Amino acid sequence: MAKKATLMREYAKGLWDENPVLISLLGLCPTLAVTNSAINGIAMGLATTFVVVSSSVIISSIRKVIPHQVRIASYIVVIATFVTVADRFLAAFTPEISKALGPYVPLIVVNCLILGRQEAFSSKNSPGRSFLDALGMGTGFLLVLFVLGAIRELLGSGSILNFTILGDWFMPWMVMILPPGAFLTLGLLIGLSNWINERRAEA
Amino acid sequence: MKLFLIFISAAIVNNFVLSYFLGICPFVGVSKKVSSAVSMGMAVTFVMTITAAVTWLIYHLILVPFNVVILEYVSFILVIASLVQLVEMFIRKISKPLYDTLGIYLPLITTNCAILGLALFAVLREYGFIESIVYGIGAGVGFTLALVIMAGIREELELANVPKHFQGAGITMIVAGSLALAFMGFAGLISI
Repeated sequence: MAKKATLMREYAKGLWDENPVLISLLGLCPTLAVTNSAINGIAMGLATTFVVVSSSVIISSIRKVIPHQVRIASYIVVIATFVTVADRFLAAFTPEISKALGPYVPLIVVNCLILGRQEAFSSKNSPGRSFLDALGMGTGFLLVLFVLGAIRELLGSGSILNFTILGDWFMPWMVMILPPGAFLTLGLLIGLSNWINERRAEA
Repeated sequence: MKLFLIFISAAIVNNFVLSYFLGICPFVGVSKKVSSAVSMGMAVTFVMTITAAVTWLIYHLILVPFNVVILEYVSFILVIASLVQLVEMFIRKISKPLYDTLGIYLPLITTNCAILGLALFAVLREYGFIESIVYGIGAGVGFTLALVIMAGIREELELANVPKHFQGAGITMIVAGSLALAFMGFAGLISI
């Protein structure tokens, strides 16, 4: 029973306590760049989750044969391969989203969140645990991207996932879907999460 | 003239950090002091210029003729990683003072998405060899500019009374937002 609880924990820690974006500040470039609408945030979150989960499983399976000196280069090759797969997949099945995300899909290669998980977790743990850890981190990343995208889309175009929420009376805040809106919204979210964490610590 | 426009466009109008969100990690991490921001910016500009030249050669002389463009990402990232290593060894050999200034920042550059982003954008925009190099220099100068301005603001922020929960990353993001807002004033200045 105790073991089961720790496995659950392996997954759940990425959702809030060690959230890659809000707490560790990893993977900020795609977080800011693609969240001008909620759907783009979801697509980027799913693509990143796919890459981090697949590479974590592969790398933790072969962790004992990778020489220590060239480990970073080996991780990057594995990651880049899965990114190519994700990129081709998106281009084939969802060409519009692939176009909207543009070069940010190949840039998943250098997302420090992914390399960070390999170095900090998969290189030391079994494939099963690495799978849960990566899935948790990916989900946490996806959640933040979705929330960020939803807030920016709501304020910038009055809709979420293309469903109009705010009526004709609403004057869209153009700035929210432009670059400054990304920085401002993420700054406020980080402040909010610090505040919530402090409240939880006190309680 | 076109080269000049590419330079200005990469450095100011489409600033890599403030409008493409590339290189945010060093932007947040190394922008606490102006002096280290300048060193980091120089190191990035240096690597970007070389990367732009080398990846152009690889793409047009190897990947396209042999019809293996699908290997673009894998080969680019490997080239960048080994290039950074080479540059580090080279600088250590030729100039000790330069190595002491840039040294600790060089390994960090491998995972700086601005470098890979630069290589990908240059391919996407179908730049020629010289244009790619100018694009690389411009992007590096723009990165340095954003980093140094940010570091200057953060040095002043040390003295300011920032709300407790926004200290550190939170206020940095909000300041970056205001900076991006200011840089938006350049939009439409030139178009290429």
